This record gives sequence, C-alpha cells and structure tokens, in this order.
Amino acid sequence: MKKWNGKLMLLGAVGTLAMSVAAAEAAQLTVISWGGAYTKSQTEAYQKPWMAKTGNTIVSADYNGGLAEVKAQVESKNVTWDVVDVETSEAISGCNDGLFEKIDASKLPKGDNGASPMDDFVPGAITDCAISTIAYANVFGYDSTKFAGDKPTKVADFFDLKKFPGKRGLKKEAKVNLEMALMADGVAAADVYKVLATKEGVDRAFKKLETIKGSIVWWEAGAQPPQLLASGEVTMTTAYNGRLFTPAVTENKPFVIVWDGQQQVFDTWAIPKGSKNKDLALDFIAFSTGTKPLADQARYIPYGPARKSSAPLVGKFQDDKTDMAPHMPTNPANMGNAIVQDVKFWADHYDELNERFVSWIGK
Amino acid sequence: MHQTFDQKTLTRQLAAAERRNKVKAFLLVLPLLLFVLASFIVPIASLVWQGGYSDTFANALPETSKLLGAWDSRSPVSEDLVKSFVTELKASKLKDPAIPTRVATVVNREQSGSVSKFKQVMSASDLASPYKEKLSALSSEWDKPDIWRAMKIVAPSFTPRFYLQAVDLRLTAEGDIKPESDENAIHLLLFGRTLMVAALVTLFCALLGFPIAYLLAHAETKTSNMLLIIVLLPFWTSLLVRTTAWIALLQQNGVVNDFLVAIGLIDNDHRLVMMYNMFATLVAMTHVLLPFMILPMFSVMKTIKANLVRAALSLGATPWTAFWRVYFPQTIPGLGAGCLLVFILAIGYYITPALVGGQSGQLISNIIAFHMQKTLNWSLASAIATLLLIGVLLLYWLYNRLVGIDKMKLA
Repeated sequence: MKKWNGKLMLLGAVGTLAMSVAAAEAAQLTVISWGGAYTKSQTEAYQKPWMAKTGNTIVSADYNGGLAEVKAQVESKNVTWDVVDVETSEAISGCNDGLFEKIDASKLPKGDNGASPMDDFVPGAITDCAISTIAYANVFGYDSTKFAGDKPTKVADFFDLKKFPGKRGLKKEAKVNLEMALMADGVAAADVYKVLATKEGVDRAFKKLETIKGSIVWWEAGAQPPQLLASGEVTMTTAYNGRLFTPAVTENKPFVIVWDGQQQVFDTWAIPKGSKNKDLALDFIAFSTGTKPLADQARYIPYGPARKSSAPLVGKFQDDKTDMAPHMPTNPANMGNAIVQDVKFWADHYDELNERFVSWIGK
Repeated sequence: MHQTFDQKTLTRQLAAAERRNKVKAFLLVLPLLLFVLASFIVPIASLVWQGGYSDTFANALPETSKLLGAWDSRSPVSEDLVKSFVTELKASKLKDPAIPTRVATVVNREQSGSVSKFKQVMSASDLASPYKEKLSALSSEWDKPDIWRAMKIVAPSFTPRFYLQAVDLRLTAEGDIKPESDENAIHLLLFGRTLMVAALVTLFCALLGFPIAYLLAHAETKTSNMLLIIVLLPFWTSLLVRTTAWIALLQQNGVVNDFLVAIGLIDNDHRLVMMYNMFATLVAMTHVLLPFMILPMFSVMKTIKANLVRAALSLGATPWTAFWRVYFPQTIPGLGAGCLLVFILAIGYYITPALVGGQSGQLISNIIAFHMQKTLNWSLASAIATLLLIGVLLLYWLYNRLVGIDKMKLA
C-alpha cells in the first residue's frame, strides 16, 4: 500500500511538471475588467477568439475601477496586471502619473473598410496610453410596475419624488451625479460643464441633489443597480445602460431606460507600466479593438463600438431576436439630450468636487 | 594558583556557552522579529512619515520651492520665481514625462483648475524672457496670486497640512491655520460617528455575548461543544457573504419584512425600513463581531470555580447578589478583553457599514479608503489613519489605567 502511494505521488509530480512545462510555452495574459455582463461580453468577443488564434491563455479578474491597485503595483515594481479596462478620465490621469505604458495608435490595424485607425476611431477614443473599445452611457432606469399612470421620461422626473415616489439609486461619486442634477434643474446639455465650473453652478447642483438626499440608496459596483431595482429597494436608479438592458431582455424584468440626459463615457484598454507581457498585451489590444471584435461585442451588450467601421456590422442580440441598434447610446433617437463626459473638466475639478461630495454625503 | 586559572577558564567557558545559547535563542526568534518589523513596524512608521512628508513638488522644482519660501505670498511674484518655475517644470519633463502632471495634481488639491494651467505651460513652446508677461499672455490666472499661493503651500516637503486637513483645518500660504469651509468639513464629524458606532457595537456585543458565553461555559461538554461550533461557524464564511446576507434579510422585500407582512403584523404598504441606515450598520456589525466577544469571555468563565457561587449562596446571598458580587467580578478580564477586541476591530470597519449603512454608513475608514483608491492622495489617507491609530492607543492606555492590561485574558 505504501509503495503504491509513493508511485501515485510520483505520477502526480510528473503530471504537474508536464503541465507547468506546457503552460510555460503558451503565455498567459492577465486582463482586468469590471465583471458581470460586461466582462462576459468581452470574453465572448475578444478573449475567446484571441486565445483561439494565438494559443495563449487569458486570466480574467474583476475590479471596481480606480487607479489605486495599478499605482501600488507600478510603485512596488511588481506588476501582475497586463491589460486593464479603465474609463478615459482615469486612463488620462493614470497616463499623466506615469502608471500606464504609451500606446502608438497608428500601429493598430486598419478598419475592415480600409480606413486608417486614426480616422476609424471616433473622436476622443484614442489617448496617449489607452485605446477605447466602447462608449457606454450613464442613464437612469425605472421599474415600470411601480408607476401606474405617467411614466418618467425626463431627467427632471428622477428628482420628482411627489409624482414618482420611491427611493433612488445613485453612484457614490461626484461625477455623473452633479451633471445630472444640473440637467434636471434645467441647464441645457451644452452648458452643463460651463455652469459646473462656477461656484454658483456647483451650489446649484448640490442644492438639487439635496432635494432627494433622504431617498437615495448609494451604489458602488455596476452590478448593484439592477439588483436594487429587482429587489424593489429603489423605484429608479442610475446605471450603466448595458446593466439594465441585459436583465430586461434576457430575464424579462420590467426595467425601462430613460435616455434623456444620458452621459457617455469611453471604456479603454490600458497597460500598466512595467507589465511583464507588454508585447502580448499590445497584440491583444490591437486584436480586440479591430472592426469585427468590437462589432461582435454588441451581440452581448448594448455599448457603442469605438470604431466607425464597426457600426454597420452591429446586428442582433445573442438571442437573435432583439435588434441592438435602438439600445445603443449612440443611436440618434437616444441622443436628443445627451452629453459626453468632459475629461478635461474632471481632471481639473475632481479633487475639489469630490471632497465636497464626500463631505456632503457624510452629513 | 592552579585553581584560580581553572576558575577563569570555567567562567570563560560558561560565558561562551551562555552567549551561544543567547545567539541560538535569538536566531530562533529572528524570523518572527523580522516578520513583525517588516509587516508591522515599518508600515506604521512609513504611514506616520507619509502623513507629514510629501516631496513631489520640492523634488521636481527645488529652486522654485526655495523662492516660494522666500516670497511673502502677497506682493506680485518676481520674474526670478516665474523663470525658475517655467524652466524647472520644463526640465523635469526630461527626467520623467509624468512629473509635471504629478506636480500639477498636487497643486490642484489646493487650487482647482491648476492641472489645465500647468498643461498650458507645458504645451507652450515659446516661453522665454520676460517669463511673467509670457505666462500672463497664456492665461490671466497666472497674474493672480492664487495659484502661486497654492504652490507656496505645497512646496515644503515637511508639512503639517495633511494632519491639519485630517482634523478639518487648512494651512494658508502665510502659514496660518484656518478652519475648513463648512461644506468641506467632515473628518471630525466622522471620527465622532466612528467612535459612537464602535461603542454601541461593543455594548450590544457585550449584552448579547455575556449570556451566550455563560451558557457555553456551564453547559455539559457535549452541548457546549456543539454551541461553540455554532459560534465559530460565521468565521468560516466570508465577511462579504455575511454582510450581503443581512441585505437579503433586512431589505424592503426581504425575508424579515415578508414574514412580518405574512403574519399580519405590518401591512404591505408600510414595510419597515431596516436597510441602508444606522440600524442595519449596528445589526450587521454586531453580528460579525460577536464571536470576538464570546470567545475571551468563554475562556475566562470556564476557569471560574462553581464552588464560589455555591459558597456565597450557602452563606445566605440571594442568587443576584451571588452573581453580581461573586461571579461577575471574576469575568471582568474576559469581558474587558472582548470589549477591547471588538471596539478596536469596529473602529476600522468600513466594508460592512458602506454596504448596509447608506448615508450613515459613511465612517472615517471610508474616507481613508476613498483617498487611497480614488483621489490617490495617500498622504492625507496616512494622516487620517495615523490619527485613528493614536486614538486607539489613547483608548488602550485608558483601558490599561481603568482595568489593567495584565488582567486581560484573550484565551
């Protein structure tokens, strides 16, 4: 029996050794993203085809945004993340802080229609250190079973507790909320950042938020808003548009998105400075931001591809029934009253406004 | 003569042997010592250090820092100062392209809008003498003293500004201290709230834990083992799972509300609000921390001799007197240890209150996490964390004076 055990162990050891040798040949890339339906859409459209093409493997992990982890890895010179999905504003501030590798966008593949990458990507999608994959929208949605008569249609309705009673879900961050409050208070989309740059404008935004403060449930991760709506904890909540779309279509949840006052943000790929697999990471980014993978992603989540050449290829949802175009933030019908998040504004005012926001929440 | 020689060698040999033993003993504890140094002393020291030291500005712009130090912060800035600022900022980019924006971020914390003003300077190619005029041609902001005053504040490497900010005070360019504006002052309020929550959680844990520990200590071995496993069970589940379980229980359409509606105690339109408020914070934290109260009390109660209470009873004490005068005083070391453990753990909690506490779940640790993860202002985070540490040490000292730390029994 003892001898047998020994043989078994030896066998196991050889097996493990063989496996680790095999793993060393095919490289492994660590890709960090936001989790949930979003990571799933990336896995289907980017990761799986890339792994099939190159034979390399990808380890996926989730995070909740912010640059703290990247900063800690870069400063301790122990970089374990190879590719990170960050919002443009964070991509830029991380690039400024030297946390990300520079990416030469002109070396990206041409669009399938032959357009050069610089022409093919929509304006603002390419920055020094990051390449955008999609544009998503910060919208708000409601549970249609909660309001018998009139339904919310305008961003101002979100702040109307009398007409539309119930709690409201909001992200625990100054960004998005202040812009939303101003638009609800009657500021035209084009003037939002002009107004927010003044002390009076900031006061005005906080005053508007104050009107619903007692009814706010704060969320932090993108997966929370649909849960808050589904459990009946809130009747209306802000969310990333894809997070409300998926349960509405695949689980028939009575969630309705209001596009009025939507705020668009790019999501980008960036490489933490000092990544041990930089070339591989670049290859993955070049592949995944190609015309077809970007269009394919829209099969799984309604986020607008960052390449113009991808738009005509966007077809149906994975159920092969739902047309994706009407659910895209970039759909003209949804763009009536929309803003694109002003990255420059937030670089200047992030600290000031967040400081005030955090202390406002705490009181 | 012969004997004294012998004695000398003997003493020497003895000393050598003792030294060897000491070295051996030291080598044995060396790994632990290194571990404690590396994982405890060094991080805490660097924490305290970072709260009072930030050299981003002075490192990148050493000459400008000196000139700013000499400037009286009211009179118009000198051409020399502007010249050294522009040349040093441009030069710092050659060392590392990230430096100018890093400096701008630091200045931006004192004066919003500095990031884009710095960018103007970096992208302007024709900056030459007279620098002052060239800068004011870029933007009138450079004419105003505000941005220079902000730079004067952040220029010194050793600075009390983070510690001041941690207690809602601001350093001015003149070196005066003024209170933080009302809309931004929050830290003192949160320190207070954190202490209050920790104290309440400790109280509830003590009230709930005492009878359980008593039961554990005095039940039959078989039952008490079973109970002990139940007490320890929560330790085997992740903190997040335990916290989200409370969300499932307490929310509007949660298990508790559904049950109350089903038995007719409340009607469907008036479900209780038990989630995203102070109540939820206290319930969830008390639940999570309860084992830390029960275990030390249990181990102390286990050693209390039953004869003593019996003796008191036979001498004519009422059951209450026997408990209060004879039994309870002997449990103090365990109760004290449990309270200290729970209180200190509760002070640093932030995931649970952030998830279930809503507005009121904002505690001082959330602010630390916020500055670590979002604003990347690690110096401010360090300063707040250091103050929290000092607070805990003060409480520990107070506890030592009142109860005596040598009386504490953890297990």
